[in-house]
Amino acid sequence: MDGFGAILADAIGLILSGDPDLAEIIGLSLRVTLSAVALACAIGLPLGAVVGAFRFPGRTVLTVVLNALMGLPPVVVGLMVYLMLSASGPLGVLGLLYTPTAMIIAQTILVTPIVAALTKQVVEDMHAEYAEQFVSLGVGPAGRVMALLWDARYSLLTVALAGFGRAVAEVGAVIIVGGNINHVTRVMTTTIALETSKGNLQLALALGVVLLSIALTVNAAVMALRASAVRAAYA
Amino acid sequence: MHDVALELIDDSGQTRPADSRAGTILEARGLSFDAGGQRLIDDVTLPIRQGRRTVLLGPNGAGKSLLLRLLHGLIAPSEGAVLWRGRPLDRTARRAQAMVFQRPVLLRRSVLANIRFALGARGMRGAERRARAAEALETARLTDLARRPARVLSGGEQQRLALVRALACEPEILLLDEPTSSLDPASTHAIEDLINAANARGVSVLLITHDLGQARRMGDDLVFLHGGRVAETGDLRQCLRTPQSEPLRAWLDGRLHFDQATS
Ligand SMILES: Nc1ncnc2c1ncn2[C@@H]1O[C@H](COP(=O)(O)OP(=O)(O)OP(=O)(O)O)[C@@H](O)[C@H]1O
Ligand SMILES: [Mg+2]
Repeated sequence: MDGFGAILADAIGLILSGDPDLAEIIGLSLRVTLSAVALACAIGLPLGAVVGAFRFPGRTVLTVVLNALMGLPPVVVGLMVYLMLSASGPLGVLGLLYTPTAMIIAQTILVTPIVAALTKQVVEDMHAEYAEQFVSLGVGPAGRVMALLWDARYSLLTVALAGFGRAVAEVGAVIIVGGNINHVTRVMTTTIALETSKGNLQLALALGVVLLSIALTVNAAVMALRASAVRAAYA
Repeated sequence: MHDVALELIDDSGQTRPADSRAGTILEARGLSFDAGGQRLIDDVTLPIRQGRRTVLLGPNGAGKSLLLRLLHGLIAPSEGAVLWRGRPLDRTARRAQAMVFQRPVLLRRSVLANIRFALGARGMRGAERRARAAEALETARLTDLARRPARVLSGGEQQRLALVRALACEPEILLLDEPTSSLDPASTHAIEDLINAANARGVSVLLITHDLGQARRMGDDLVFLHGGRVAETGDLRQCLRTPQSEPLRAWLDGRLHFDQATS
């Protein structure tokens, strides 16, 4: 226990010292994760809303596929993106392998099904309530999707948060397509994995503490927002 | 307001609306609706007259709300047709109707945004929409609550909002499903005034109610529904004074119970 206390003290010292390497890793982590979540929302929110609000042929199949993709193993996604981006792969000419862009692509693939499937559920429930009113008011398909997404905004914030949680904590896919190259593609999770195996526990633990704080802060912020939304009967 | 209504009734004299197709705005022709292996609406043929206030009465489960949804085109009939000005009801025709549901459906937005949304669905934008929304709030005396989340309003305020939202769309007919259920007398009065004001501007009204007093105050024509069928229809005062059908007579005497309603 004494050893752990000492390491933790060192780790916190490292965070407080404003170590530039540490800051770089955290910065890249947030950049990659937030980009991936933003992309996943740009695709997953409208997709989920359309599947939730409309009946069309193939809807059930699409729902099953989305739900199944929610549980995609990150290493498999990493491998697939690797094969696409590697020099001999179809997208090899782009030279994206081992860049932050490759990591964003992998994480977007991981997070989009989560956002879409959860959005579908939220929107479907709300649409059951609104459907006849929409028909009565003569709201068109695009208007419906936008209205549903807007009215579900607080629930969808939680959906985005679930996506963020998955992306920020993910290691398998980004280590395969990013390669964990120092100063280029090193993010919090890959660094923790590497440094722990090297025995550099201070840095690993420092990043672990930061990761935990980010998760807690984001969760608390969303919960506070939701609480105020519930008070306004918006949620 | 009430004087206008009385004049209309005097004009109509003894003629029953079924006798004349003239001035029919909305019409059910041989309308039936089945669900769960049951015939819930059974061969309803009914003209709704333009400019009039038609009251739809009947016991719980008689099919009043279903009939209203059929007339608004929200559900498709199993048999028969709904005609709007003599032509099959379609999307465009539905825009000339506005419906207020038994349970008001309000968006998770402010009072003002709810009205703006309805106007936006009619293609209205910018200054025109702003002006119309403000005017609608004013007529319902909801201006002070404009920024309030719609879903925290009281029951009466919510129903008032649902009604002015419908009115803001400038419909030719208002379809109202118990718009004053569970309201106190003052709120009921406020809603009745809004409906009558619209009617005085020429808007036809089809109103479902369980309140005999309201039916007397608000009705020109009566449709009495029982077990999915039209049991009686005609001039409201005349029907209530001298009911011709057993179900209406029983209902007026308080003898008609819901267990008999669907038999
Ligand atoms: N989709 C449906 N499937 C099966 N039964 C239905 C369906 N919709 C309505 N019903 C039934 O049809 C009957 C008529 O319903 P409706 O809501 O029109 O009654 P109502 O006259 O409006 O009654 P109330 O005065 O209680 O509002 C009820 O017995 C109801 O249970
Ligand atoms: Mg009803």
